[in-house]
Amino acid sequence: MENFTPIPALIGGALIGLSAAALLLMNGRIAGISGIVGGLAAPSRGDIAWRLMFVAGLIIGAFAYRLAVEPDMALALTPSLPLLLAGGLLTGIGTTVSGGCTSGHGVCGIARLSPRSIIATVVFMVAGGATVFVMRHVMGA
Amino acid sequence: MSKEISALAAGILFGLGLAVSHMVDPAKVLGFLDIAGAWDPSLAFVMAGALVVTFAAFRIASGRPAPLFAESFPPPAGKDIDARLVGGAAIFGIGWGLVGFCPGPAVSSLAFGLPQSLIFIGAMVIGMAGARMITQGPAVATGTS
Repeated sequence: MENFTPIPALIGGALIGLSAAALLLMNGRIAGISGIVGGLAAPSRGDIAWRLMFVAGLIIGAFAYRLAVEPDMALALTPSLPLLLAGGLLTGIGTTVSGGCTSGHGVCGIARLSPRSIIATVVFMVAGGATVFVMRHVMGA
Repeated sequence: MSKEISALAAGILFGLGLAVSHMVDPAKVLGFLDIAGAWDPSLAFVMAGALVVTFAAFRIASGRPAPLFAESFPPPAGKDIDARLVGGAAIFGIGWGLVGFCPGPAVSSLAFGLPQSLIFIGAMVIGMAGARMITQGPAVATGTS
């Protein structure tokens, strides 16, 4: 567990929670990123601007942190092109079919004690864990 | 206009949270999913930190007539545990494990200027649009996400 960083994790989590709280109490929206981005994949009138602003904020927030706090921060983004394409496609299809991702089901849904979201979160975590197990410990990638 | 500004503020908070916790880095997420390896439980702490706040927020919302800038709060979450929910979550989980990106971190990672982020997001949006076209259910489009 040499990479375990509980304090930044808790602080970052609380910031994500504050974001979801703000979106709920101000705009009456669930902060599910797959839903917010998915609404841009099938845009309807009067429902685009806030989504674009939220997406812009996601990038600005990470950029501001990088600039102000951790200029040397780098991402370990090593997957090959086919893996990136497959991962992106499966993520887009799966979150659309099941109606949520880590934020919509995992954070907001569980906070509403939604049985659907609790089940979805368990399923995608187990599937993710199994995928990593096969990739790293069976195929040795 | 207030709706757009609050969405921007919420997005910035979310992006900050992903960066502070390093969840924007796929290595960090894969470290959580790799239980048989050098397991890193940080992601569970991110979820716990977020849940404490969102749990309170939903309780506050239930005592209010309406959000500040909209007519109503989201409808109650659905209850049906069906094949679409479980199958979709499993498909997403596989994609998540392949790269270590879920939708939020993938978008936030654009702040690091890597082409891999754009490739992943492009494929993700195609997957979203394709799944919407095939299922065509507005319930999918507006679900709990």
